[in-house]
Amino acid sequence: MNSRAQILARVRRNQPAWRALPEIPSFECPLADPWSAFTSALARMGGTVAVPPEGVALDAFIGTRFPQARVICSATPEVAGTRAISTVRHPAELDDVDVGVVRAVFGVAETGSVWLSEREFGVNALGFLSQHLVVLLDPRTVVPDLHHAYRHPGFREARYAVFMTGPSATADIEGVLVRGAQGIRTLTVIPVAAADAGSATEARRSS
Amino acid sequence: MSRVDHAEASSKFIEAKDHADFHDKRLWDLRKKRDSESEAMPEWEQLRSLASAIKEHTLTHLADYLEEFEKNATANGMVVHWARDAGEHNQIVHGILEQHGATTLVKSKSMLTDECEMRPFLENRGIEIVETDLGERIQQLDDEPPSHIVVPAVHKLRGDVAEVFSRTIGTDAGNTDVHYLAESQRRHTRPYYLKAQAGMTGANFAIAETGSFVVCTNEGNADLGANLPPLHIASIGIEKLLPKVEHLGVFVRMLSRSALGSPITQITSHFRAPRPGTEMHVVLVDNGRSERLGMEDFWYSLKCIRCGACMNTCPVYRRSGGLSYGSTYSGPIGVIIDPTFNLRKYSSLPFASTLNGSCTSVCPVKINIHEQIYKWREIIAKRHQLPMVKKEAMRVAGKVLASPKLYRAAVEAAAAGLDHLPRFVVYNPFNAWGRQREVPSAPASTFRQWYVRNRGGER
Repeated sequence: MNSRAQILARVRRNQPAWRALPEIPSFECPLADPWSAFTSALARMGGTVAVPPEGVALDAFIGTRFPQARVICSATPEVAGTRAISTVRHPAELDDVDVGVVRAVFGVAETGSVWLSEREFGVNALGFLSQHLVVLLDPRTVVPDLHHAYRHPGFREARYAVFMTGPSATADIEGVLVRGAQGIRTLTVIPVAAADAGSATEARRSS
Repeated sequence: MSRVDHAEASSKFIEAKDHADFHDKRLWDLRKKRDSESEAMPEWEQLRSLASAIKEHTLTHLADYLEEFEKNATANGMVVHWARDAGEHNQIVHGILEQHGATTLVKSKSMLTDECEMRPFLENRGIEIVETDLGERIQQLDDEPPSHIVVPAVHKLRGDVAEVFSRTIGTDAGNTDVHYLAESQRRHTRPYYLKAQAGMTGANFAIAETGSFVVCTNEGNADLGANLPPLHIASIGIEKLLPKVEHLGVFVRMLSRSALGSPITQITSHFRAPRPGTEMHVVLVDNGRSERLGMEDFWYSLKCIRCGACMNTCPVYRRSGGLSYGSTYSGPIGVIIDPTFNLRKYSSLPFASTLNGSCTSVCPVKINIHEQIYKWREIIAKRHQLPMVKKEAMRVAGKVLASPKLYRAAVEAAAAGLDHLPRFVVYNPFNAWGRQREVPSAPASTFRQWYVRNRGGER
């Protein structure tokens, strides 16, 4: 008998009497202001929400926030940066990226997380090899909590899907919090309405 | 295999007072952070009940869910392997690496690979393994096992880390700044992500309906290791299964809150299929789990999601350090899991507990940890595996407690004794209660003396 058959046979033999699977309640928790809840949850996790001043284009705004950046690699058509993700052949080429730019599909108010998959990253390593990450997020996409978040169909479609919540961090030495462990050192969310969403024109004007 | 002597090992830990004090304080701080998170959520207890029920359902249908996971993961393009035990797991991983000509492996933290003692196995076969989690890397470079399942180097102070790093990765021995040490590891590790031919992770959850698995980390190391090399291997214990994606809401909400007191890990990744042009292998590992599933009193320990909350709250763990348990799994959860691997070797561990039940009350999946500890004690006592001193003490205690007269005499004598005996008698090596603590002074009268005086004698 091979290992698979042996393990399954032993599990079947030893499984305790059947217990029922509970229903997951909907956990409805209507938030008065999901965006402000998202903003404060993100701040707790070390991330920042930054709003561009009136009339300042995204590229220029990102430039003012990261004046030292030489390589800005963008995976969203809304930002040009200095390198388009479409030119990257191998993930290791992203080793020199100072700032990566992506658009998240949605946000989670409870935790301050943004949801990204290989479609948004273009190359997944952009979210981890970059020194800093800028995430465009449509505030209207913010869901109240993780129960709502896990209803998103993306989990059944994406090869790789991730909740990113602030920068990489560690407290492995004496509990001292270090932000910028091995992945991104900072995470900045810029509220920008998505072009394909309902009131796109108005949203673009307000950004 | 020699028996682990937990009391002896912890006495060494306690000797280093600065370390022991910090360890206690740091873990209690994690416990308090966990409390403020759970207390802020009115649905916390509801989530615990759900998590417990989902896990119990899954474990009682485990074979079906394993098959469903395998079918869907395979359809997604993963390769699924099955390992009966640690040895087979290590051989499978080695085989995959060999087949790909991989000689460098970047690895994120996985208790399962520690349980399987995979690192020495692969290193002996010429594979260079770089642990990428900061705490796990410190332990690897110091040639020590992790002492805590979430914070592996929690028993070390910054000076210890500076010493290890200066010896191994060339940092300035005099610089004990935590940011400097973490930054040094970041810079030291990065080239390995770029050149490694393989990345390895564990998994916190595996989802049957989507054939995907979830990895919860904070440092970014797991996602670097999984998204750069052309090969990703994930070792997953068979008990990690969950039926559906919607169940993740329940578990992810509680995992990091229980572990570190943060609402979620910084990075929560869901792997469903390999990147185009790369390979993803999953090794489903039994290693004693299917046997444990058949143990009437102990199968509940398979619900564990490895958050470490029971360790952080345990007064014995906090004051004895993870290494004193002599096993991959330490603290209360280790005490109930380890004897299932080797009862003789770990027979002292169920006594490393005050049975205060705190572990049970913080457990996010409601494992009855302290009750299981008690049941292990019964088994060990029945099989005559108690140490002589403990056995003799229990025999005498049994006699004394069975006779009211003897009991009263003993209590009165002890109270008088505590106040009048010279220190060397109370704090002698045979009195475990007098070690590392001052015995409280006895009250002026016993409860019975007070009762007789105030309530007029016996009923």
